[in-house]
Parts: sequence; structure tokens; C-alpha cells
Amino acid sequence: MSKIFETPLYPYERHPDQTAETPIRRKVVIVGAGPIGLAAAIDLAQQGVEAIVLDDNDKVSFGSRAICFAKRPLEILDRLGAGKPMVEKGVEWDVGKVFFDDRQVYEFNLLPEDGHEFPAFINLQQYYFEEYLVRRVHELQDAGAPIEIRGRNKVLKVEDKGDHTVLHVDTPEGPYDLEADWLIACDGAGSPIRSMLGLDFVGRVFEDNFLIADVIMDADFPTERWFWFDPPFNRGQSALLHKQPDGVWRIDLQLGWDIDKEEEKKPENVIPRLKAMLGDDVKFDLEWVSIYTFQCRRMEKFRQGRVLFAGDAAHQVSPFGARGANSGLQDTDNLIWKLKLVMEGKASESLLDTYDTERVHGADENILNSSRSTDFITPKSEMSRVLRDAVLDLSEHYDFARPLVNSGRLSVPCTYDGSPLNSADALDGPERTRPGSPCPDVPLKDGYLLPKLADKFTLLTIDADAPDEIEEDGITVTRLALSTREDPSQLLKDRYLGDAPSGVYLIRPDQHVAARRPSYDEKLFRAAIRRATGKE
Amino acid sequence: MSETLILSPNLEQADDFYADLLAAHEGLTKAESDALNARLVLVLANHIGNRAILTEALAAAAPKPTEG
Repeated sequence: MSKIFETPLYPYERHPDQTAETPIRRKVVIVGAGPIGLAAAIDLAQQGVEAIVLDDNDKVSFGSRAICFAKRPLEILDRLGAGKPMVEKGVEWDVGKVFFDDRQVYEFNLLPEDGHEFPAFINLQQYYFEEYLVRRVHELQDAGAPIEIRGRNKVLKVEDKGDHTVLHVDTPEGPYDLEADWLIACDGAGSPIRSMLGLDFVGRVFEDNFLIADVIMDADFPTERWFWFDPPFNRGQSALLHKQPDGVWRIDLQLGWDIDKEEEKKPENVIPRLKAMLGDDVKFDLEWVSIYTFQCRRMEKFRQGRVLFAGDAAHQVSPFGARGANSGLQDTDNLIWKLKLVMEGKASESLLDTYDTERVHGADENILNSSRSTDFITPKSEMSRVLRDAVLDLSEHYDFARPLVNSGRLSVPCTYDGSPLNSADALDGPERTRPGSPCPDVPLKDGYLLPKLADKFTLLTIDADAPDEIEEDGITVTRLALSTREDPSQLLKDRYLGDAPSGVYLIRPDQHVAARRPSYDEKLFRAAIRRATGKE
Repeated sequence: MSETLILSPNLEQADDFYADLLAAHEGLTKAESDALNARLVLVLANHIGNRAILTEALAAAAPKPTEG
């Protein structure tokens, strides 16, 4: 059977840059055609900025890898023109079950909130995710957008020249040099670019290994997330079962620290473990096996002059929280509009330092949550195990203990509280839309709110007057006028006004709130625009 | 509820409570007793709820440096 991850999606082709007499200078070069690199390139190209993606491979990633995508990243992907096919293909789920020893201790329902275009979570193999992004790249190419993926282009050396970088790139036909005004490194947790620049990746490695397997089976397990603590089939350890599209199931089995990884990966050792878990009578095929070690690390700074780091290259978290690829997509969402303004001369380079400030804040939040989940899932002292087991025992009988059970705190979008781009909150409105927050979606009479806020600065007025357009030092802000008189679900009022009678929001191109007030005030909103673009 | 941790005598029938506490552990192995204590701490912590008081309680119960 030919699988999607075995087919070259962007095969090597010679590019004229390779035979140029002097190295060609490109606007933005992105290293890594994984989910984050592709998202960055699409974001740039659909706004008319040249983006060249280099990847040392020519296929999508092998095995399912990242499988759980949350609402906010799906909204970002929708802005990039790829969110809807992912939701159509993906598996939606709301119910989770927690088992301890040989019994179910409780069941939960995520009870997703109404009035959003996108679901709380979908499960989708990373290879599909990447395939849809590559498809979107081809769509943009067909429409004449300046975007390319150069397969089997491996960066061997990077030189920081202050106002640009020089890349020494190897190909099947030999090496060439390429210059980049801006370099975005999306080359994964082992980031070669990071190593070549001699930058640190500091954090905590948890002494535990997990076996991760994709199995194809026709089984009547429901579409739920099942998590086991100390089950009979994996004593003293944990296990996870989660459904993906195409009858593929993801199984994670904790193995402990002192193991032989190569031995454990062999099918003759994996299959008996899976049989013990699934039962002898369940027929399954093993599609992919891997072993990983939990770790939580990040770079000290995500910006190093003209080199910007995003995704796992910048920060790494343990799984079980949908915080890896999901946070990487929030990185590029945050970065690209800033980079575009800087490249157009509409903001100073220092605006890019706020990419570092805001996304380091996001990474720290993810690392904190992920470390706590890991401490619960893999207790490292006798007493931490006693307390963990006490929580699980109590959770079977009493509601109060259930919030303490931590089998992964599922990713929620990051609010940039305290960001230098925020103006002080001047509206007595809902907490969830305070400055720094990602805008929650709302159903309107003609579709949803978020697509109307894409890619540009927006002045959202709700029952308030304002000019249709404001121009402030090169930044154009377009008004979107809404009214609670046309708010059948009442959710516009609930999410953006609360008890306030009216509101005016300045919304960034990444759909985060920069400022809000009860009414339009020209002087104050012009100041807010300057502030949101790093000018005061 | 009081906003600070009570560290003056506050138990109703202190001797009876103490006897109940010992009785709850009677006949248990060390592991079972540790588990009981852990569950008891969690039940009581949930009842208190207040983060500031729990922080004070953790500090009050922490090992004290021996004098001299």
C-alpha cells in the first residue's frame, strides 16, 4: 500500500538560483517545510511577500506525529485558506475517559461553547495537515503568488551578515549560496540552524520514554480520548488511545527510562504490548512506531537579528496537551504581519522584538502546563506517586478531585497580557476580549466574525460611530461596523460588550485585540495604532 | 471563613478527633496509611479552598530548622 508519506510532494527541481554567478538575494527564506514553515510561507505569499521554503526532504512527515489541533490554530489556518479541508477530514471529539488500574474512574465532556465556526479540537495526522498546506501552496503558485518549496535543499551553513544572512545549501546537483533579507528557522526541535548559529536550547528533560504507535483496525472503540494510569497491560505506567481519520488509532505507551529504544521499536516487541492493551481478538496493522522522550525547552530569544525562530525550533514541550504544532502556528500568526510591516518600512525593526516578547510568554505558558502534566503522568518520587494515586482514587467518588487529574491540559489560545503593543483597557467589557486577547468568533447575519478581521488592522465598532478608514503613519485601519440590533445569538454582545452599551475595538492583523474603548476618540485611537505597531 | 490560617486551638473535642485519626490508620500497612493521609490532605484542602490559607498551611507544616 502506497502511503501519503511515501510519495514525494515537492520533488527536487533545479532552480536558476543554483547556477547564478553571484548569490541571489531573496526577501524571506524559510528553512523547514513542516506545518510551521509552510504556514509562514503561505501567510507571507498570500499577502504578496516573496517566500522561499527550503527542506532537506521532499515528502510530508513520516507517521502521524502531531495529531490534535485546537480551535485557535484552525482559525489561523482558515485565514491561510486551509482550515476547512482539515476540519472536513479530521475527527471531532468531545468525550474523554480516565482509567486507573483496571477501572474507569470518570468521564468528561469538553462541552464546546456554541457560536464558533471551528470545533474545539480535531484529530488529524500531521501528514494530512502538511499535504493540505502543500496543496494551498500550489493554489497560490497557480494564482501567481511568490512562493516556492525547494525539496532536497539542505542548509549546510548559515552566516549572519547583519542586514542579511548567507545560506550555503546542498542539493542532489551540488551546493549553491543563497542570500536572505530575513530567515525564518522552522526546522524542528533539533534545529540545525540554531546549532549552526551556536544558540542554546535550555530546559528540562524528563527521564521517561513513550512508545507511540499508529495502528489501523476495525474496532468499535468510540471516538473518545482514553487515558489510563497504571493499567494492568502497562503496569506502573500510563497509556493513551485516540482516534484519527481512516481507521487509524494512535496509541501512546509509557515505557520508563531505562530501556533499549531500538529493541522496543521492533514489531515483535510492540505487537504483544498492543495485544495486551487491545485484547487478543482485535485485528490490527501496525502503520508506524516511534519512541520519544518528554522534554520542555526553549531558546532564550526567538529573534536573533535577521533570523527568526518559530515552532519546535524555538520551543519544545511534552505532548498530551496539543501544544506543539498548535503553538507554532500561533508563532507565525504573530510574526508574519510584523515582518511584513517592517519589510515595507511601515514599522521599525524593533517591532520584531515584540514577536519575541509575546511568543516567549506563550511558550512559557505551554512549558508550565506541559511540565505539570508530565509531573502528574510520570511521578518521579514515591510521595508524588502516592499523591497522584490519591487524586485518582478520589476522582472515582468525588467531583472535587477531577480537576486535579492531569492527563494533559488541552491547549487554549494565549492572551498577550502585559504586551507593549496593548493599550490600557478602557472598556468595562468582558474579560475574554481584554487587550491582548485573541478575538473569539461570533456568528453574524452573513457568516462569522473572524474572516472579516483577517490580515489587516480593523476598527470594530459595535453600536458606535467612527470613520470608515483611518490612516496613521502608513498603517491603514478599516472599520467594521456591527450592531447588537443584528445579533440574533446575542453572542456579539456577550463576547464584546458585556454590560457596556457600546464598544470600539482596535484589532491587529492576527485577530488579537490591541485596544478597546466605549466610543471612538481620534487622538486615543491614533495613539493605540502607533502603540500596536511599536511606535510608542 | 477567616482570611488567615488559624493556628490557635480550634478543634472541637480535640482528643476525640485525634483518636479517630489513629483509628482510621489502624490495621493499615505503611503504604495504605500513606495513601489515606494523602487522600485526607486533598479532601481537607478542597474544603478550605482558599489559596492564601493553603499557602500558609504549607509553610506552617514545613520542617522547621532545629534550634541550638
